[in-house]
Amino acid sequence: MSDAAPTASTNVSARDGNVGAAVRKVIFYLTIAFMCLMLVLPVIAFFFNAFAFRWFYPQFIPKEWSLQAWERLDLIPPEGERTLANFIALWLEVPDAVSALWLSLSIGAVVTGISILIGLPAARALGLYRFRGKRIVEFMIITPTIVPPIAFSLGLNINFIRWDLALADAGIPLDLAGSVVGVAIVHLVPVMPYVVLTLSGVFANYNADFEAQARSLGAGPIRIFFDVTFPAILPGLFVAGLFAFLVSWSQYLLTFLIGQGRVITLPMLLFSAAGSGNNAVIAVLSLIFIAPAVLILLVASRYLSGDSSAVGGFGRV
Amino acid sequence: MTHLAIRGLSKVYAAQAAPAVDDLDLDIESGSLTALLGPSGCGKTTTMKMIAGLLKPTTGDILFDERSILSIPPERRGAVMVFQNHLLFPYMSIAQNVGYGLKMRRMERAEIDRQVAEMLELVRLPGMEDRRPKELSGGQQQRVALARALVVRPKILLLDEPLSNLDAHLRFEMRDLIRDIQQQMGITTVFVTHDQEEAVVLADKIALIFDGRLQQYDKPLAFYEQPSSRRIAAFFGGVNFFTGTQDGDGFTSTIGRFSVTRDGPADGGILTIRPEDVRLSEDGETNTVSGTIDSQVYVGTHARLRVTVDDHTVNVVADADVMKRYGQGDRITLQFPENKLWILPAE
Ligand SMILES: Nc1ncnc2c1ncn2[C@@H]1O[C@H](COP(=O)(O)OP(=O)(O)OP(=O)(O)O)[C@@H](O)[C@H]1O
Ligand SMILES: [Mg+2]
Repeated sequence: MSDAAPTASTNVSARDGNVGAAVRKVIFYLTIAFMCLMLVLPVIAFFFNAFAFRWFYPQFIPKEWSLQAWERLDLIPPEGERTLANFIALWLEVPDAVSALWLSLSIGAVVTGISILIGLPAARALGLYRFRGKRIVEFMIITPTIVPPIAFSLGLNINFIRWDLALADAGIPLDLAGSVVGVAIVHLVPVMPYVVLTLSGVFANYNADFEAQARSLGAGPIRIFFDVTFPAILPGLFVAGLFAFLVSWSQYLLTFLIGQGRVITLPMLLFSAAGSGNNAVIAVLSLIFIAPAVLILLVASRYLSGDSSAVGGFGRV
Repeated sequence: MTHLAIRGLSKVYAAQAAPAVDDLDLDIESGSLTALLGPSGCGKTTTMKMIAGLLKPTTGDILFDERSILSIPPERRGAVMVFQNHLLFPYMSIAQNVGYGLKMRRMERAEIDRQVAEMLELVRLPGMEDRRPKELSGGQQQRVALARALVVRPKILLLDEPLSNLDAHLRFEMRDLIRDIQQQMGITTVFVTHDQEEAVVLADKIALIFDGRLQQYDKPLAFYEQPSSRRIAAFFGGVNFFTGTQDGDGFTSTIGRFSVTRDGPADGGILTIRPEDVRLSEDGETNTVSGTIDSQVYVGTHARLRVTVDDHTVNVVADADVMKRYGQGDRITLQFPENKLWILPAE
């Protein structure tokens, strides 16, 4: 009998614990469901719009489907003419949407590469060493995220035009204003803070003695980079590259101002379509626009859900 | 077998006023095992990094077999350093870690595999080739780090605190292993420690460093019998220091006059004797003092006594059975053998 009391009380507390856990579980799943809804609903709306044929108000789901918008964008031959030969002929002419996609991808890739090449040494210095004026350098690096893009891009545009003139005078026909090169350069401005911030967080938790150890064992600088440094910072490099690409990918204003309407990336096409008011075309372009982001995030979530938490920021995580 | 010479070596870190290493001179015999001993922050790692070529000295020179090696980059210097925290490359297997130095020397794959297996055998980790570093215990990782350095047969092997991060049992095992392998391979080895006992047991010679300056470079026994300053004597467990003045073959101190047979320095002003050298006196002896037992502690194999003589404390390590004969507060007479008394410079 004397044993009964403690047993009973344990049971009660165990049941309390179960109730608490259940409530927490419900809240957890509700949150997840809400977030999924927020993220997925717009995408579903895009899908309906992109493939709908006359989708009117009281209908919750379109009744009729079509590829009209895709035809309109020259991505698919008109109905009845969808032969392989026609497809090839159409795509050989490079539809605007495809060339814009291609340009966005190229600029994104180049900007990602350059930003990492510049950002890596900078982040290493910020993450590993203490030096005079470090706080000022850190502040300078994050200023592009504070200053309105229109401010610095107008300034840059004026300078680009001035340099172009000076270069033309010197016999070098390099146009920054209104060119892909100029756009790529200006994309670096908003991209660099993300890259440096992410990578400096990586280097703050990095032990440079590993490099010294490899050196002592006979490795030269290049071997050290590929054998020691690179594997250690790879997850961080991946995250930084991801940020860089997505930030460049979604630039509209900077591309518009510096490209002077002559550099047609995907956001440029999307914005002009938005002005035209054709929902189906907007939806198709939007789907193309979010596809790489979704793809990258899927890969990233797989890749980063290991033991490597790579995101930081000046080491103060 | 390489002779290592260090000449006037100094290192001043940019942000610091005091040098981390200050005018260091050392001659390390080829094939010997030398300890760099000193408290934390005295510049041991800094010295090792300069020998390995991982840090540039501010001034001074380092010579292997009488040839300056300062212009040779670390990867071709032949001095391999094993770091304080073993630093195994986490993305590589044990075999890849151990074979890393051989791969850098462009050795053939089959030969690397053979030598790696042989070296793992030597550090008593046979068959561990395919494991990952994090699948090994701390002691095993430390031994892999040792194997990784030894396999390239360095001219100079530099071990930075190879026994730290190990529990007492593993320490002894690793200590014996290092000693055995070092003698077997005859590699000139310098190892760092801040534990004087470890240095004494393991090293042929000890270089004692305080605040970046070499204090004494000697055989282990000399640090007990002939320390050259009070600070050194204290670092090695000396506790009995009595100020006074030397006169002829005697020394007049705060607790009496004693005859001494060993010559002290010209400015001798402190008399010292190790607690284990103090004897309990029998009748009719010279060099004796009498005092009261302040405390007695039994420490397993011995007894530690604190005896108060004229307001000064004399520490004694004696046979355990002294505790049967004396109690706290008893009078006791101690004898200082004249060949065990040692005079230190005044401070
Ligand atoms: N990279 C550095 N920059 C500035 N000062 C340094 C640097 N590395 C070491 N020091 C300083 O130099 C002195 C000697 O350092 P070192 O690492 O050589 O000591 P140590 O004897 O190895 O100490 P421990 O036993 O704690 O490892 C210390 O005062 C340390 O703060
Ligand atoms: Mg150290």
